Amino acid sequence: MYHKTLPYRIFSVFNYALLGVISIVCLLPLFHLLMVSLSSTAPANAGLVSFWPVGFTFEAYAKTFDNVNFLTSLGVSLKRTILGTALALMVNALAAYALSKDTRVFRARNIYLWYFVVTMLFTGGLIPSYILILKLGLLNNLLALILPGLVAVYNIILLLNFFRTVPKELEEAVFMDGAGHFRSFFSIYLPISLPAIATIALFTMVGHWNAYFDGLIYMKVAEKLPLASFMQTVIVADNMTGFDVSVVVNKSQRTIKAAQIFIGALPILIVYPFLQRFFVKGVVIGAVKE
Amino acid sequence: MEETTLRNANLKAVRKSDKRKGYKIPWTLHLMVLPAVLLVFVFSYLPMSGIVMAFQDYKASLGITGSPWVGLKHFHYMFENDYFVKIIGNTLLFACSKVVLNLIIPFTFALLLNEVRHMGYKRSIQTLVYLPHFLSWVILSGILIDLLSQTGIVNQFLTYVFDLKKPIFFLGDGTWFRLTIIFSDVWKEFGFNTIIFLAALAGINPSLYEAAEVDGAGRFKQTMYITIPSLVPILIVVATLALGNVLNANFDQVFNLYSPMIYQQGDIIDTFVYREGLLSGQFSFATAVSLFKSMISLILIVISYRLAYKIAGYRIF
Repeated sequence: MYHKTLPYRIFSVFNYALLGVISIVCLLPLFHLLMVSLSSTAPANAGLVSFWPVGFTFEAYAKTFDNVNFLTSLGVSLKRTILGTALALMVNALAAYALSKDTRVFRARNIYLWYFVVTMLFTGGLIPSYILILKLGLLNNLLALILPGLVAVYNIILLLNFFRTVPKELEEAVFMDGAGHFRSFFSIYLPISLPAIATIALFTMVGHWNAYFDGLIYMKVAEKLPLASFMQTVIVADNMTGFDVSVVVNKSQRTIKAAQIFIGALPILIVYPFLQRFFVKGVVIGAVKE
Repeated sequence: MEETTLRNANLKAVRKSDKRKGYKIPWTLHLMVLPAVLLVFVFSYLPMSGIVMAFQDYKASLGITGSPWVGLKHFHYMFENDYFVKIIGNTLLFACSKVVLNLIIPFTFALLLNEVRHMGYKRSIQTLVYLPHFLSWVILSGILIDLLSQTGIVNQFLTYVFDLKKPIFFLGDGTWFRLTIIFSDVWKEFGFNTIIFLAALAGINPSLYEAAEVDGAGRFKQTMYITIPSLVPILIVVATLALGNVLNANFDQVFNLYSPMIYQQGDIIDTFVYREGLLSGQFSFATAVSLFKSMISLILIVISYRLAYKIAGYRIF
């Protein structure tokens, strides 16, 4: 009834407008950048581009894709994302399956669980981790970007909670037929939990795509830098000079930088609709539990 | 002959049923956790043992076993250092402002969003405000550096509207830098942080509202006496869990936006550890600083989880 009263209607109009404005403002920076990347160099440098391209051209994108370093970095990023996600899913889902079992079936379960949870609470920190990679001889090796973060305890807990909701009768039926845990995992748990697994896969992919710091410290040669690290060194590190970018840096770079940033964000924008379908559920599974 | 085989068969059957009652070691399950256990051992537990470096003068040529022990030297040096006190201050300032704003703003936003009855409009707004959460700080910093530069669009706009004499140097002036750090974090995260409140809002029993309606309560009263009280438990959980983060001022964000000019107002513990350790090669000192940080964080996390459990019955598993 309340929504038919006049004060509520007035409130509603303001509310709709306010929320609309806020959400558009959230996206304006990205949109502005896209427009800069699609403009010609001269108007972009003169600061004439706001929310529509001036002197529309794909030149900045053409130049970006002519850059060999950019392309090799793109390749490294794709490789680490695909390989890293596949391995992480396998390892984490298997562990989650085993840990989802009762202590009656799997007595060591709680010991293992604590073994993993401790790493969420306490880490060795940056320097020991760096020295470890150095000692293992993994500098300049793709594995240095994949292995250290492979086991994601939070994801294991998320999956484990999901696996527990699978009805026991299903696996009992398979065990009756003489199958083991691997069969039960692959033919029952995995197919049933596909939405949860897809969620975790997407989050892991986004994590790999966005990760820049490991590449920055572990990859000492330019051809091994993943895209995010490459962009960090090209776009952001200029800021470290301490002068204003617009004053010091070669201005012809502005449209190209904008194009690079946009290409870097593009994969995220593409998977975002799929992510959104799942993540609300995923976050809720992890956060609000009965 | 026949009798003995029969007896053996019986014995076997008895033993088998005994085993069923008892516990059989589930080797397959152990095998399934094995890869994760090994990886965690190498990449999480081995580095933990490297923490002893904080009590040594680590030299790469001597290694952890050969480097001389110096006791608490690095910790003494740390606390006598004025600059260290300054970065603790910066870290706390950033982290606490973010925690508070990232509670209040998402909470309010969720309440307002809850009043939107048009589902398509609601979903579109959610889609737009969640997006920045998924972009990395490298991308967002690239955007911010361009946007906030002296000739950037923000300064153009401000000059036009407020008739500024001089453009604002957002990333080069201490106070503006601090504001930029705090509010750009809100920009990235507030949308995503509404999710948990929206989930809680969806869980409120509609019969409460129906009863209030019958009693003649308007929407404002319903919000004050039903909606907000129903959200208090989840608000408390989120707030207590955030306690563990007061020393996490977000390395990725600060690292990608700061510059030597504003180290005094912008440097945080994590960026300091990175520069001291990996750029200056002060491995032991940097490890001591990061050990100090992890110890405090560990204590805070344990306290916050205990509190969350005591107050609201929250558990992660």
